[in-house]
Amino acid sequence: MRQGISFILNAASTVADVSPGMLLVDYLRYDARLTGTKIGCREGDCGACTVLLGELRDGEVVYTNVTSCLVPMGNVAGKHVVTVEGVNGPEPNMIQAAFIEEGASQCGFCTPGFIVSLAGHCLERGDRDATAAISGNICRCTGYKSIERAVARVADHLREEGVDSVSDLVRTGTLPSWFQSIPGRLTELAVDEPAREAAVLVGGGTDLFVQRPAELEDESLRFNADRKELREIRLERGACVLGGSVTVEEVARSTLLNSLFPDIPKFTKLFGSQPIRNMATVAGNIANASPIGDMTILFLALDASINLRIRDARRSLDLREFYRGYKDTALGQNEEIESLEFAGPQPGTFLNFEKVSKRTWLDIASVNTAIRCHVEDGVIVVAHCSAGGVAPVPLYLAQTSAFLTGKPLVAETVREAAVVADGEIAPISDARGSATYKRLLLRQLIYAHFLPHGISWGDLQ
Amino acid sequence: MKNIDAVNHTRGTSVYADDIPVREGCLFGAVVASTIPRGEITKLDLTAAHRAPGVAWVADAANIPGENQIGNILPDETLFAENEVHFEGQPIALILAATEKQARAAHNLVVIEYDEKRAVTDPREAAEQGDFIVPPRTFELGDPDAAWSACAHVFEGRADIGGQEHLYIETQGAYAYPTEGSGVHVTSSTQGPTAVQRATARVLGMPMHKIIVDVRRLGGAFGGKEDQATAWGVMAALGAHLTGRPVKLVLHRMDDMRMTGKRHPYSADFKIGLDSDLKIRAYEVSFFQNAGASCDLSPAVLERTLFHATNSYFIPNVRATARSCRTNLAPNTAFRGFGGPQGMFVMEAAIARAGEALHVAASEIQRRNLLAEGDTFPFGQTSAACRAQATWDKCSDHYDLPAMQGDVDAFNADNTLVKKGLAVMPVCFGISFTKTHMNQARALVHVYQDGSVGVSTGAVEMGQGVNTKLLQVTSHEFAIDPSRVKIETTNTTRIANTSPTAASASSDLNGKALQIACGAVRERLFEVARKTLGLASDCRVGLRDERVTVDDAPLELTWDQVVLEAFLSRVNLSEHAHYATPGVHFDPETEKGEPFAYHVYGTAIVIGKVDCLRGRYEIEAVHVVHDFGKSMNESVDRGQVEGGIVQGLGWMTMEELCYDESGRLLSDALSTYKVPDIYSAPRTMNIESLATEGHPMALFGSKAVGEPPLMYGIGGYFALRSAVLAFTGSDALAFSAPITPEKALLALHVGSLPPN
Repeated sequence: MRQGISFILNAASTVADVSPGMLLVDYLRYDARLTGTKIGCREGDCGACTVLLGELRDGEVVYTNVTSCLVPMGNVAGKHVVTVEGVNGPEPNMIQAAFIEEGASQCGFCTPGFIVSLAGHCLERGDRDATAAISGNICRCTGYKSIERAVARVADHLREEGVDSVSDLVRTGTLPSWFQSIPGRLTELAVDEPAREAAVLVGGGTDLFVQRPAELEDESLRFNADRKELREIRLERGACVLGGSVTVEEVARSTLLNSLFPDIPKFTKLFGSQPIRNMATVAGNIANASPIGDMTILFLALDASINLRIRDARRSLDLREFYRGYKDTALGQNEEIESLEFAGPQPGTFLNFEKVSKRTWLDIASVNTAIRCHVEDGVIVVAHCSAGGVAPVPLYLAQTSAFLTGKPLVAETVREAAVVADGEIAPISDARGSATYKRLLLRQLIYAHFLPHGISWGDLQ
Repeated sequence: MKNIDAVNHTRGTSVYADDIPVREGCLFGAVVASTIPRGEITKLDLTAAHRAPGVAWVADAANIPGENQIGNILPDETLFAENEVHFEGQPIALILAATEKQARAAHNLVVIEYDEKRAVTDPREAAEQGDFIVPPRTFELGDPDAAWSACAHVFEGRADIGGQEHLYIETQGAYAYPTEGSGVHVTSSTQGPTAVQRATARVLGMPMHKIIVDVRRLGGAFGGKEDQATAWGVMAALGAHLTGRPVKLVLHRMDDMRMTGKRHPYSADFKIGLDSDLKIRAYEVSFFQNAGASCDLSPAVLERTLFHATNSYFIPNVRATARSCRTNLAPNTAFRGFGGPQGMFVMEAAIARAGEALHVAASEIQRRNLLAEGDTFPFGQTSAACRAQATWDKCSDHYDLPAMQGDVDAFNADNTLVKKGLAVMPVCFGISFTKTHMNQARALVHVYQDGSVGVSTGAVEMGQGVNTKLLQVTSHEFAIDPSRVKIETTNTTRIANTSPTAASASSDLNGKALQIACGAVRERLFEVARKTLGLASDCRVGLRDERVTVDDAPLELTWDQVVLEAFLSRVNLSEHAHYATPGVHFDPETEKGEPFAYHVYGTAIVIGKVDCLRGRYEIEAVHVVHDFGKSMNESVDRGQVEGGIVQGLGWMTMEELCYDESGRLLSDALSTYKVPDIYSAPRTMNIESLATEGHPMALFGSKAVGEPPLMYGIGGYFALRSAVLAFTGSDALAFSAPITPEKALLALHVGSLPPN
């Protein structure tokens, strides 16, 4: 299974003779002996193993932070991997100095992950949200207040020094000078892997490598995350088309999608953490068939269809027809989800997504639900409503949607819709809540869909 | 001074147990553990695992050369289960293979069959069966039986408090290799090097001096590596002993969460009596501690629950009874606060119940009953240098408590679907190990001939900044630049018979021992200086800024010179010193004594906001006045307060241990057990110090700070509860922590649940 995987590890051009299913964190710690990258959970939930992945996009290197415990080596080929060792200079850089000065590091085990995430933040262009950059980094010691103060220092520094490029970061000693050589070196490294058939299709790997990392190390894998043709977001005959390897973060930042559905970034902030959003793909979320997949719930309410492909054979399917049972889908052997599409909004359409989990951010939903509603003259003309965490599959609430269609948008309709929804769900009690709670929660969240649209809480009682 | 490890931490160059380069031939361990909470092992077949690729050894109870026993307080805990299992995750065997992957693959080939028995997870059920770890204990003051009749108001209730997973980001682990003469060297991620050494010696059937335990630092511990680190250190040592090869054992997160104990869940019944002036006249409380399957530290935790059963209040008539109940959970253990928080929660629940029934703000009852100087605790100690009222008053004045309460009330009047709640949380926490003999420590100081200094103590650095404080002590005592000082690893060869780094007391104990050691070397250096300079023996010699002084005036003679001169004069430049906290004592027969060197006080105002539509909430603000004494390191101490508060808030809000009906842990990963993330931290956190001269029993007058702030988090529960009640308008809400979004939503809409 071993094969030579070429990439740049910090400053060093590297060829790793490893299995493509090996996890990057293990390679870094135990093969490359870069032990600044720590292991805390091996499921992308703590951020102690955070590294940056840089890839060429239109001649520029775009860096994203990822949890290396979920990154198979196959997804590293042709990229620049930056660990905490890679941001070290002779003296602490301004991020490190801010952490030292503010006492933002106690036991220190999570600290390299924070430093790397913030280095990634500094490398970002445009609107920057430093807190989002570290939203996947868990610290159990500090209570985060000192980290917030350190982040504020970083922000001040970036502003005061007018930092807006890699060369600025090199000039201010934030990054080593060799960072400037990376774009050229990555160009030379460009790999064009022929698509081949394999036992397991891997997208971002954020769920596969939580579920069965050991097994996948010895599997034949096909990596879809970097296939350019699967990474586009475009408008085609009035429909939004999302390639299967588009990531959640790309959905969140898409100018096109934001212009059509301005609330999308608000919704996606509740989907995982930034590193997970940087990896998780549209196709992965759909194919994984998790009953509480956030993206899937949103797409069900958008009444999306998916385009499937085996070699040259293509077919389309309504997303709501895709799920047959718990983790059982209509996806055939070797079939891949090429893209997903849904209609853009008309005037009078609203889209909402609601999610409640034990922890509001970076958590799996107890219940999530989305709705797309088209209202004309106080009447619901079209409604598509979905709910997760209440059935073995991500559920399109067919009866509820049908019930809502054609009804006046008044409190009684909403109240009755919640009753209809309650009749078409079958939640179970688990670590994310009791069945009773999930039923109550879905009702409340259906109410929440409509409260901003002229329905009052008092009338719902 | 900033945390001395911070530079290496931010560069990723700090070394933790799993980062040590292993020696040639190292084997990697995987622990085979029970998959059921309770039952008999009817079949254990390790043959296939033995034959699996790369496997060098499979060890179970039969391979133990000494005693299969790692219990600390009581000998009731095996290293490997024999015949019976008592909790899910109880170790049964250890597989050693050439790679970790091979060890884990072989693990899947182990065949175990059980005759499963019904597990007990409820401490009250264990109590009904009389299944106690140790006999119940009662602390009593005054005459509670007689006091009830004099009370104008009496309220009774029940409180249930969940446990808490430590979730140190570095999982448990150890690395061991054999040394000459059948000894073993163990690098362990433990708060208690001596505990690992003692248990290893017992299991290997060797004297303690053959076992070296060394600790550089821990990636978080919070009590979870005080006793619960022992098993893994012992297993690595056993593996090294059996195979003659190095062995590394680092637990995967899910194994760690299943196999190790947590903060004790408690259930309690309370009865509180007040007079018409809202003075609490009597308090009776009965605690049911969920100890888990074996003793671990449960009796000591239980004791501290009793020590803190009345929190910051003086109550003249008290009866507090506590039962340590054996259940089929993993053995519950130390966790920041060590039973104190559970005791305080019940006290606060009793006050909240009284306040809700009397339609009086709980803060009014709290304020009227705060401890005053000279008040007696139920265990006989009297409060001295008491700051309960001072921190309350400063908190109330500085942050304007009445105005804050007014804002909350006004917000609630203006909003239907969002409500706020405010709670005040005073804290009084005793400092010292309550087992008097543990209040001792030693320090070893070497001044090298070049003037650099090496320091060893029994303290373990786990992020709390003890090494920074020890370095400050050394630098101060010798008047030298901090860069001259190195804090060595914690090592049982250099410092023997250590108490675990726990009870918030390690800076005090080890720092004071270090002061004594430095002082002894310093005195000898002064004598050398006098001789060198031809000064009279009563001449007042000192050290300042790396120079010798006479009558406080600096001389030409430098630190380097006087050290070298001492060496050439054959003067001892090393010292091993011992410190034992004076005055502390406690008699478990009478349950009276002076167990604490001093108390730490503080008061917090916590404000929470509940989205009553969705049951989501946030803690908006925490405003604290904390009794630091005279802080010797404001950066480190502030970090302890902030971190403690968020950890306490996590315990009270989102951190929920879930078990299925059979007693199997469901919340066994970070995806199912949620600790606070950056967005969950209170938006506002103000921490003010109460200006005092400090306490003489505290190192440099700087009071212990590790545990007390956690208990401010209890205010988070009561703030959110208050917001929920503002929506429902009722006072019928069980005291059940944590208040998860589920509990909040069910409480908010209990009257209108969907038909299904």
